[in-house]
Amino acid sequence: MSPALSVNGLTVTLGRHQAAPKVIDDLSFDVGPGEILGMVGESGAGKSLTGQAILGLLDPPLHMAGGRIEVAGERIDGLSETAMRSWRGRRIGAVFQDPMTSLNPLLTIGRQLTETIRTHLPMNAASARERAIRLLSEVGVPAPEERMGAYPHMLSGGMRQRVVLALAFACDPMLVIADEPTTALDVSIQAQIVGLLRRMCRERGASVMLITHDMGVIAECADRVAVLYGGRLAEIGPADTLLREPAHPYTQGLMASIPDMRRRVDMLPQIPGSMPRVGGAPSGCAFHPRCSRATARCRAERPDLVGHGSCLAACWMPGDPSGFRPEATHAG
Amino acid sequence: MVFMLIRAGQTAGVLLAAALVSFLLFRFVGDPVNNIVGQGASVEERAATREALGLNDPAIVQFSRFVGRAVQGEFGVSYRFSQPVADLIGQRLPATAELTLAAMLVALGLGVPLGMWTAIKPRGVLTQTLLTLSLIGVALPTFLIGIVLILVFSVWLGWLPAFGRGAVTNLGWWTTGLLTTSGLRALILPALTLGLFQMTLIMRMVRSEMLEILRSDHIRFSRARGLRRPALIYRHAFRNALTPLVTIVGLQFGNVFAFSIVVETVFQWPGLGLLVIQAIQFADVPLLAAYLLLVALTFALINLAVDLVNAVIDPRIRQEAL
Ligand SMILES: Nc1ncnc2c1ncn2[C@@H]1O[C@H](COP(=O)(O)OP(=O)(O)OP(=O)(O)O)[C@@H](O)[C@H]1O
Ligand SMILES: [Mg+2]
Repeated sequence: MSPALSVNGLTVTLGRHQAAPKVIDDLSFDVGPGEILGMVGESGAGKSLTGQAILGLLDPPLHMAGGRIEVAGERIDGLSETAMRSWRGRRIGAVFQDPMTSLNPLLTIGRQLTETIRTHLPMNAASARERAIRLLSEVGVPAPEERMGAYPHMLSGGMRQRVVLALAFACDPMLVIADEPTTALDVSIQAQIVGLLRRMCRERGASVMLITHDMGVIAECADRVAVLYGGRLAEIGPADTLLREPAHPYTQGLMASIPDMRRRVDMLPQIPGSMPRVGGAPSGCAFHPRCSRATARCRAERPDLVGHGSCLAACWMPGDPSGFRPEATHAG
Repeated sequence: MVFMLIRAGQTAGVLLAAALVSFLLFRFVGDPVNNIVGQGASVEERAATREALGLNDPAIVQFSRFVGRAVQGEFGVSYRFSQPVADLIGQRLPATAELTLAAMLVALGLGVPLGMWTAIKPRGVLTQTLLTLSLIGVALPTFLIGIVLILVFSVWLGWLPAFGRGAVTNLGWWTTGLLTTSGLRALILPALTLGLFQMTLIMRMVRSEMLEILRSDHIRFSRARGLRRPALIYRHAFRNALTPLVTIVGLQFGNVFAFSIVVETVFQWPGLGLLVIQAIQFADVPLLAAYLLLVALTFALINLAVDLVNAVIDPRIRQEAL
């Protein structure tokens, strides 16, 4: 069975010319059927752009300069806007970060649901309405029939994100791209939304690419984890292994920087220094200026992904965190 | 409902303030007695007239009387035309109303679609051309546009009349130029002149509003839902651009009313503007006072209409209103 999502050598540049700086550089990963892939990395690592590239929503000056994107074995990059439209919302659902701004304030949530359903499925108004009500009750919106006539501003943030989830799952997608679905929400609501996302995905056999800053969310529901650094994959592997024994020093730093698995982590102060800016990547491994284990080789040669146990890590000396003490590092 | 009452109260307040200014103008600019009995009248005659006009009553009583009359459409007699002011305004109002509406129709009918186009095709050749032209449109004074249009279409080409309103039809309470060919032909140039500036303004506003909304989160999310382009542009983006548009158009309506004075002068259009110019020249205070009130009333009604329309469009405003 082909993976639900297969990204191969994805490269996104800022501008179309030859020397345009690469925002995402040769990124490859798969998401298996029914699998939840967590995607983590510092702000600016390229997580959102990866999601947008898959949805075909990169706006100029961003440009997909290379690579191949397949959903359920069908290639979808380079499709015409019209062809792409029948993937978005139909076979690929999307959840954005801020439910306060994701919904159109002037249309009832019922209207937004039924228009999505009727855009993709051959249904009359009555059956689309029925489906919308059923979706709302599935995502846990109380009194769904009355809520159909509600406008977004009448609902709380958590309720709105439930509506957004209903929209993402409206046409039974095989893949859902969820870009920080809980970041904008109250801590007390976050767990509910994560639980709901996982339940929806399991019940419907959909795969999810879950972008987040929150290692707690990852630990709770991801099957596999991809760690992005500077537009490249630093490490990828099964969640339990990767969280327990991270192979890449960057992942190790990420793990060490979580004082409490439930708390939201936006910045990673425990790893000194900052990620290189777009176009300003250092020679060799992009992480070497911040890495306590960096050697001459790390500064000169860029490491490819190599197997380390059940994970893949882009590091010349993966594993062995014993010698890695983040607080003892001196960033160069 | 409360909202509507509050708004109606505000409107009444604004109108009352305008009435006060108008009253002060009427009462204290020039001496009404002089204007009625003439310079040569005796002191007794003057006193009698003063008493008859109620000018010896307390100011508040006089003001109440003024408002009471104004509500019934009584503004006294024009010094210059020796006719009731209400009749004069009644004769001239249709011409100005038709000109203003036609100009707004031009401005909206062209400005909105062109603004949409320039937002949807931001890099097109037509867009660039339109944006450049619109700069010229904003920069050129209205009277100059009028004169150029007269020069081209009346003098050189001889297609359209340069002045006047053409043949009008009297409907009893309204004289319209819209029912005759000559009336319609006469309307074209003044309406274009008056509407052109507004058109460029509306075009630029629709464009910037649309560009901003097309970048917004909910449009991105609608794209991610796979909605078709027309739904995206009209149902989602344009509808969100509508409330600011309605607000601006409401404001501009007032400006058009004001600018119509210029255009009516250029085209000798027999409307209120022309009447007011003459009234100013002759310090025709009753007429000016009435015009002032009429302008205030127009503004107040437009503002009220803007609020109502916006409440229909935007549920958030509606909720505040209830
Ligand atoms: N429209 C754009 N124009 C120029 N640069 C952009 C644009 N969009 C994103 N970038 C750059 O691309 C890089 C990756 O951005 P992306 O939004 O994917 O980061 P992210 O990993 O999602 O970060 P965050 O956690 O803050 O959401 C960033 O350095 C950002 O500055
Ligand atoms: Mg992001």
